[in-house]
Formats: sequence, structure tokens, C-alpha cells
Amino acid sequence: MTVKTLTVVRDLLATNRQAAAAIREELRGRGILAVNLLSSPGSGKTTLLEALADRFRDRYRLAVIEGDIETERDAERVRAKGVPAWQITTGGACHLEAKMIGQVLDRIPADIDFLFIENVGNLVCPASYDLGEQVRLVLLSSPEGDDKPAKYPQAFLSADALVLTKTDLLPYLPFDPARAAAEARTIKPGLPVFAVSALRGEGLDELVAYLAGALERLRSGRA
Amino acid sequence: MHELSLVASIFEIIEAEAAKHGAARVISVTLKVGVLSGAVPDLLVSAFEAYRQGTRAEGSRLDVVAVPIRLRCPDCGGSTVREDADFSCAACGSRRVEIVEGRELLVERIELETDDA
Repeated sequence: MTVKTLTVVRDLLATNRQAAAAIREELRGRGILAVNLLSSPGSGKTTLLEALADRFRDRYRLAVIEGDIETERDAERVRAKGVPAWQITTGGACHLEAKMIGQVLDRIPADIDFLFIENVGNLVCPASYDLGEQVRLVLLSSPEGDDKPAKYPQAFLSADALVLTKTDLLPYLPFDPARAAAEARTIKPGLPVFAVSALRGEGLDELVAYLAGALERLRSGRA
Repeated sequence: MHELSLVASIFEIIEAEAAKHGAARVISVTLKVGVLSGAVPDLLVSAFEAYRQGTRAEGSRLDVVAVPIRLRCPDCGGSTVREDADFSCAACGSRRVEIVEGRELLVERIELETDDA
């Protein structure tokens, strides 16, 4: 009987990272921009997707992957907008992983422009899992409070842009968009911030322009 | 709160190593967990204890080494260690810092009991 001590240094997220890299490469080859949406539950991810579906209708084709612990509800809402949607029910898991996206990827139409991935509503765990996206949007709704960035630094640190949602409620809440943006930028300097009301269609033009620009850069090989 | 799925990944790694080295028993596993990794050391230990039942790691110990955030400043070249998410250089206050450590989720060491001499 001997005791062996092995120095292994193995990354627990390496398998996910490799799967994500393969997805990113495949989508780049197909000229599709993948956008991963992160937020807490009820901050307006699906409503934002419905609003973007309306805005994009004439110019771009979209597909959506919905991640939820249970139910097809979100996918049904998006399909009602004429957008093909696939629901991944994680059955309890708190986040999507790259291999789950990989399993759906073959069914995504080849001629789409944007693939939106709505992650499980959770501001903690999804931040650690790369899904092969080009753009990660973190949503923060006005009822949640403008003090959230410092409480969930990983989510904001990993984001490419912050979307402040439900701005139509600002008259009724102590939420200060400037404070939320400033706090997020202490974590991630220069983070682009968009303030939108998906319900009223306000502030969406800037977000649409940002996403269209990212698609343009991907296709011209600059991303 | 995905510590159980992280522990499943730990077991894939230790099972593979134990099989490779013909080990009947795992004595201990050392993990490095960054403050920014999103994983909670205590929850990892609880999940590990639940998961090890009936495996060759039953009775083994999980040592979690917490890794603080280490920042490198491109402006002044300084290095800063932080326990929480304050991403500024302690020397010059710059926020353009690069995160060098603190995101780790690594199995660093495995201690095995083998039959060979």
C-alpha cells in the first residue's frame, strides 16, 4: 500500500469552455451572432425578446433558445411572434451549459442572423458558463434596485453590455439609472448601458443598433 | 448554486486519475476556488460529502483553498490583492486593472492509496 499525491491542476469548467469554443466557431462560420441574456427571474428577458422580434422583423431573421427549469411558456411567447424557438428545460439546474446549446444547434435554421439565448433566470450561476455567445447582455430591471451590480459582480464583470429594463416604472421607484450604470462601470469600466422599456418600445433603437453593429463586425471578421 | 454539478466534474477527474493509477481509495482532493468563481466552498464540501457515498472517494477529505482576487495594474505595474469585488489598483487607484487570479475552479491535487509498492 502506497500513498501517491498527484498534482493534476484540472479546470472544472474546461469541458464547458471547450464546448463553448466549438459553438462560437461554428456560429462564426455560419455568420450568426449569438447573444446570451442573463438576469434574475422576472426582469424582462422574454418581453425584451418579444420587442426585439418586432423591431428586427423587416431586417433580420432570429431564432431563440429558451432556458428554464420547467415549462415551455417562454418559447411559446416567442413563437407567437413568428420566431422559431427551442425550449431547454434544465429540470432543476440553475444555468444553461454549452453542451445543452450544442444539442440544439443543428436544428437552428442556417439562414438566421441572430441567435438569442435566454438563460435561466439567475444572476449568479449563469455568469460562470460560457455558451459560445459573441455578446452577453445582463438585464437589470428598475424594481430590482440600482444597488445590484456590486452584489452580483461576476454577472456584470462578464457582461458585454447592460440593459436597464422597465424604465416605464421609473416614476414610481427610487431606481436611479445613472447610479446603476455607474456602479456597473466600477466593476467593468466602459460597459455600454442601454435603458429600455420593452413594453412601450422606448430606448430600443440604441440596443438594436448595438446588436446590428456586433453582427456587422462578426461578418466582416472584426469580432 | 451549481455546486453539485461542479462536484460531478470533480468526480469525473478523480475517477479518471484513480483508474489510471490503479488506486482503490482516494484519501484527499485539493480544490482551488477563486472568490469570483461563483462557487461557495462550504457548499462544495457538503455536495462532495453527499456525492462520495459508495465511490472510492468515500471517507476522503475535500480541502478547499480559497483564492483571493489578484489584480495587475497596467498603469503603474502594481499588484493588488482583494477579498471582495473592488476592482481598483491599491497603489494608484486605476480601474483599468486586469484580473490575474480569483476566477479559479481547479482540482489541484489528488492523494490516492495504491496497491503497488
